[in-house]
Amino acid sequence: MSATQLSDQLGHFGPFGGRFVPEALIGALDELAAAHQTALVDPLFIKELSDLHRTYSGRPSIITEAKRFSEHAGGARIFLKREDLNHTGSHKINNVLGQALLTKRMGKKRIIAETGAGQHGVASATAAALMGLECVVYMGEEDTKRQALNVVRMKLLGAEVIPVTQGSRTLKDAINEAMRDWVTNVETTHYLLGTVAGPHPFPVMVRDFHKIIGEESREQMLALNGKLPDAVLACVGGGSNAIGIFHAFIPDEGVRLIGLEAGGRGVETGFHAATITGGSRGVLHGTRSYVLQDKNGQTVESHSISAGLDYPGVGPEHAYLHDIGRAEYRAITDAEAMEAFSLLCKTEGIIPAIESAHALAGAIKVGKELGTDATLLINLSGRGDKDVHTAAEYFGMPL
Amino acid sequence: MSTPLERLFESTRGERAILIGYIPAGFPNQADSYRIIQAMVDGGVDAIEIGFPYSDPVMDGPIIQAAADQALRNGAGAKEVFETLKFAASLVPSLIMTYWNPIERYGVENFARDLAANGGSGVITPDLTIEESGEWISTTTAHGVNRIYVVAPSTQEERLAKVTQQGSGFIYAASLMGVTGLRTSVSSGAEDLVSRIRKTTSIPVAVGLGVSNGVQAAEVAAYADGVIVGSAFIRAVQEAPSLDAGLVAVRELAESLAAGVRSAKR
Ligand SMILES: Cc1ncc(COP(=O)(O)O)c(C=O)c1O
Repeated sequence: MSATQLSDQLGHFGPFGGRFVPEALIGALDELAAAHQTALVDPLFIKELSDLHRTYSGRPSIITEAKRFSEHAGGARIFLKREDLNHTGSHKINNVLGQALLTKRMGKKRIIAETGAGQHGVASATAAALMGLECVVYMGEEDTKRQALNVVRMKLLGAEVIPVTQGSRTLKDAINEAMRDWVTNVETTHYLLGTVAGPHPFPVMVRDFHKIIGEESREQMLALNGKLPDAVLACVGGGSNAIGIFHAFIPDEGVRLIGLEAGGRGVETGFHAATITGGSRGVLHGTRSYVLQDKNGQTVESHSISAGLDYPGVGPEHAYLHDIGRAEYRAITDAEAMEAFSLLCKTEGIIPAIESAHALAGAIKVGKELGTDATLLINLSGRGDKDVHTAAEYFGMPL
Repeated sequence: MSTPLERLFESTRGERAILIGYIPAGFPNQADSYRIIQAMVDGGVDAIEIGFPYSDPVMDGPIIQAAADQALRNGAGAKEVFETLKFAASLVPSLIMTYWNPIERYGVENFARDLAANGGSGVITPDLTIEESGEWISTTTAHGVNRIYVVAPSTQEERLAKVTQQGSGFIYAASLMGVTGLRTSVSSGAEDLVSRIRKTTSIPVAVGLGVSNGVQAAEVAAYADGVIVGSAFIRAVQEAPSLDAGLVAVRELAESLAAGVRSAKR
């Protein structure tokens, strides 16, 4: 299999992926897969999306060399892919603009989305406003509290935010509620899933809308250094920003791909969201991948200081890249992430999203392992404005 | 060899639709769930569907979600599901309804084996697509148990034929696009779906989602071979002031549903 063709027609990545959904959704998933395939090769669609990238979200995103930060990472050269500078403040907009355009093509007028940190919800509300679509966002009640600022942003943008009070009241339960809405309203509604998980075609399609991150960075790194980086690092929640930056580098065997999962209080404590590092094979939300689960196959609650990584599943392509040894996955604890968060603020004048701080913490470790000759590319997936409250609490700063 | 469920459909064929009652294992607790099953059977339920409580039930509405949550808090898992199945199957033909992950976790082979060993007739798998069914088909065939797939009003002809071809025991027709729960009326799409299914297969067709009283049961029994009721039984238990009152309510509901399937004009 060539690297760009990792999946088959049914969305399998080796034993992972596929579709585990009620029959009621099959028609909509087939329609979506067809719309995605047609759009991929349609010059009109390609132009429409790239115009939006250029004139609306601000692509290509720049690369910043983090020289002062590097001093704390064994002296390795560290380059940040600045997805935090995109409109709405994270990589999430890439996927959302693509899917919103597809929604219009399918003649649907309503989008629903799940959100954890609120970034995907904000991006969805933004695209809905831009394209005149009705938007409903499901958000775990717990997360509406952790990310109150983003709830207001979504409302300002005209979206309806529905707090989900079932289960653990976080991202996984928001996805359940969105799926129930979709089963009921599938004729008129597109489910704008925010990561590379879920049933086929979501993992493939969402990756296709994010792979521009890696394509741009690969060229940018070659132009800057005349060579590829030694390693590419990204945080992994569902895995969209990571697959986005990894994908273009998969054929470059000399480039290590390193995903940083949320280790919470430590994988050994059980309070974490490190699905590949600490989970097992299973099916969740329509796809087979790694899952945090108990002996009965019940999903176990995940824990992370970062709402955007607080998910007990992970995209099937990551599960596959892990199993074939093409990518490595490591866990970063809350404490390590917050230390890297603080360090980037003070050494580079950039407040990162706490999600992205997991990748930065990974860079500190990998930089020390590889030494001064190494070049690392980090996906700075989002900015930290939304996390100011959490950070203030963590560092004991009065608000 | 046929399953008890298949023999039940055979014995009522051409006469009336059968009544299938659903309850999650461990709801409201293990001991009381047996009494509820007994009350269902005493009231005239012909077959029992034991739900495997699952943390992420995307096909279920609030009533069954709450019941499954309660069962999970009581620690219900595979062991309790099979024990409950064994009890129910000692009374009437019984099956398990479960999302796929608990089966995969238990082991496909182990699950089919223990289903058969505990007298189960088959499994309803609401989120297992035929594309992902390879191992399930060979294993259930080897153990002689039924594979019950759920189809929806949105399922197109070509796909309907593919799915019904892989099913056995009966085909579960979801009456509407949506999740389990109570509805004031049974969707008119159900009858159409049943007739579309019949063009693809001769095995029985049962209708579920939103059937909650005798009148609705009679309406569905006029064109289907089976009527499936879940949320209404659970609500009867949830709303009762005591277990004893709940058992009476369950039995009365079963009686009115059983009368419904017998009064249907066919
Ligand atoms: C800034 C940022 N990075 C990363 C993530 C994690 O998602 P994914 O793993 O799909 O990139 C989120 C999710 O909300 C996010 O907001």
